[in-house]
Amino acid sequence: MNAPLIIFFVLAAMCVLGAISLILQRHPIHSALSLIVVMVALAGLYLLMGAEFVAAVQIIVYGGAIMVLFVFVIMLLNAGVEERTNLSKLAGFAGIPLGVALMGFLAAAVARSQDMVQVATQTGTAAPTKALANLLFQDFVYPFELTSFLILIAILGAIVLAQRENA
Amino acid sequence: MVPTHYYLILSAILFGLGVVAFMFRRNIITIFMSIELMLNAVNLAFVAFSRALNKLDGQVFVLFVIVVAAAEAAVGLGIIIVIARNRQSLNVERVDLLKL
Repeated sequence: MNAPLIIFFVLAAMCVLGAISLILQRHPIHSALSLIVVMVALAGLYLLMGAEFVAAVQIIVYGGAIMVLFVFVIMLLNAGVEERTNLSKLAGFAGIPLGVALMGFLAAAVARSQDMVQVATQTGTAAPTKALANLLFQDFVYPFELTSFLILIAILGAIVLAQRENA
Repeated sequence: MVPTHYYLILSAILFGLGVVAFMFRRNIITIFMSIELMLNAVNLAFVAFSRALNKLDGQVFVLFVIVVAAAEAAVGLGIIIVIARNRQSLNVERVDLLKL
């Protein structure tokens, strides 16, 4: 077993355990901390795949900005332990079969994609971040500019939603 | 070298766990976090395919997904604040105005 495979399995175990912890924790702040573990482990996986810039953005935007926003809202609303209510009848009957079906479809798709995706022999280009910047600011420059409008609209929406009626 | 389908299997597992969290949790903030988990699973698949095909388009798409997730988090948390202010509860079972 070589070193990248060991690192992969350690990080993958961190991801899966964090996600399971997200489901099992009763308190939202514990769920948020579990999600941060998942995101940091995913950043490690991106580094392992040679996507340095995506790994840095993952830490800064997801682990930093978005999760801080979540923790901030949890504390602002003083969210406590979630109360138990009865699951709907539909979830009780159809939940398990539908979950198994989803897993089956995903497994079938992954199994079929194996012969479609050829295994990479070399680990990408020499300067992937520079190549990424060239791609982003040449081929994808219009979508990139559009995302700035998206963020502007999101800022306006968040302000309009969160302000008080009579302020 | 880690085979690509290992990453795809991990991505599928994370997406499935996100769906489970979305279905079984009652707190609206946790439901929102499970959506972020699903987006992260998709990002992992994007980067894995980007490496397997040796093209960087997948990583550009990951950046766009992260931007959309940030915008979604800002708007969604604004909506959550409004719901909490109007209903005094974060339980989705109590937000049932459209339910028959």
